[in-house]
Amino acid sequence: MSTATPRPASSARTVLAPVLLGVVALALWQLLIVVFEVKPFIVPGPLAIGEQFGGSFGSVLQGAVVTGGNALVGLVIGGVLGILFAVIAALIRVIDELSAAVIAALAVVPIVALAPVLYTMFGAGAETARQLVAAIAVFIPVYINTLRGLRQVRPVHRDLMHVYAASAWQLTRTVTVPGALPFIFTGLRIASSLAVISALIAEYFGGPVGGLGKSITSAASSSNYPLAWAYVLGAILVGLLFYCVTLGIEKFATRHYKPST
Amino acid sequence: MSDAPAASAAASPASAAVASAAVEVVGVDKIFTGKKKATVTALENIDLTVAPGEFVSLIGPSGCGKSTLLRLIADLDAPTAGTVTVFGKTARQARIDQEYGIAFQQAGLLPWRTVSGNIELPLELHGVAGAARKARSAELLALVGLSDFAESYPDQLSGGMQQRVAIARSLAESPRLLLMDEPFGALDEMTRERMQTELVRITAETGAAVVFVTHSIPEAVYLSNRVVVMSPRPGRIRDILTVSLGSAAERTEQLRENEAFFENVSRVRELLHGEAPVGIRGVETR
Repeated sequence: MSTATPRPASSARTVLAPVLLGVVALALWQLLIVVFEVKPFIVPGPLAIGEQFGGSFGSVLQGAVVTGGNALVGLVIGGVLGILFAVIAALIRVIDELSAAVIAALAVVPIVALAPVLYTMFGAGAETARQLVAAIAVFIPVYINTLRGLRQVRPVHRDLMHVYAASAWQLTRTVTVPGALPFIFTGLRIASSLAVISALIAEYFGGPVGGLGKSITSAASSSNYPLAWAYVLGAILVGLLFYCVTLGIEKFATRHYKPST
Repeated sequence: MSDAPAASAAASPASAAVASAAVEVVGVDKIFTGKKKATVTALENIDLTVAPGEFVSLIGPSGCGKSTLLRLIADLDAPTAGTVTVFGKTARQARIDQEYGIAFQQAGLLPWRTVSGNIELPLELHGVAGAARKARSAELLALVGLSDFAESYPDQLSGGMQQRVAIARSLAESPRLLLMDEPFGALDEMTRERMQTELVRITAETGAAVVFVTHSIPEAVYLSNRVVVMSPRPGRIRDILTVSLGSAAERTEQLRENEAFFENVSRVRELLHGEAPVGIRGVETR
């Protein structure tokens, strides 16, 4: 009789289960801190971190806006360029062949290590260097995923467009790019977390104060470990926000992309 | 559409004037060269003429080249030898001039477009204005009985409904020739029979000639003026059977129970299974 669970109940369970697990894990963490008297410079307890998070919420939020803003600018620039270059590479085979090596090289560059160079290029007082680091980090997964998606045109659609005597540009606009959307969004979803991480770590190498990365290092250097962890929590929340928003857009944009005959 | 009385002028290919034939295939060979120089003769010495307004089915076992022949007419492939003409033009020119509409076994709808968006796709690509496109897609949706689904997406439709959208799309530019490659192949038997009845009605209304690939004998007999029976390895035309079951208007559901219908079905079956090599030699293709 209990076999057919109605949808609301099952969706409540999928939300409730991880929340419950999280609460249990946090309680266990706090318990271990208290029982073994772990010093805050090793790991502070969740209560201490929560307290600092609440107490310096304004400062955490400000840092999140700065770092998140840099990540967003990077995501937009890198995403647009990645999609654009992938479309060009898919249209013109020579460009794809010429750029394959460059892309492979770019993919293994420790992008964050470029930050000091970029700071001297654009000045240590500007956010530009951080945005560029994020943009480069975003470009690679978006480019690679988009290009793969653009190569997935179904033969029946290719035949159809050939029958319609469609131009290469018409094929790209009406079939190839819309068909690649799920791949483009997968790339963007991976890239969104990368953008936040890159923007944050780029702050460690210089530039103006105010972002979450700078705040983590300064709190840690003044031995205020719970506060440093509160900023880390802020960074996690920013990363989650980016991931969830891109996931939401992806789900909406590809809602009709079930396999059809 | 001005060639209305054509259905009766179906029987003898030779009598149809060359310029006015919907499809004219002369001496066509198609050889596929695979890797390691392995060659497959998909079609050998094919001659076929389809008159305007005529419904011709290509039937045969897998590998007899019936789909390949359709693809040659559609200029999706080029023949190795021989010529294919569509309304007096080369296959390539006919494709560029959009002389035919086409439907495949897969509906091949674009999942990100609505039903009407899919039907309007060829019109959009060929620069038809928005208002005219809307009017035409509404007209076609009424023709295939899907007016209520104009704003639905393909994933919200059943397989049969998707296939009806694909047929509506193939009719978008009022072609005088329809090429159909097993369009009902993936449908269940009941949906299939309903779609066949609808197709007979639609072709009667539009007056278009049809080349229809199928591997169902009753389907070929029910729909066609002539059934082209093909044999495999190499793909050849074994025989062409004229089905005299009356005009499209007379082809109703009752026809399926008709004595003449069964007679034609068994004639096609005998041809398909091939009586003796003598039968093959008697065909004009040699």
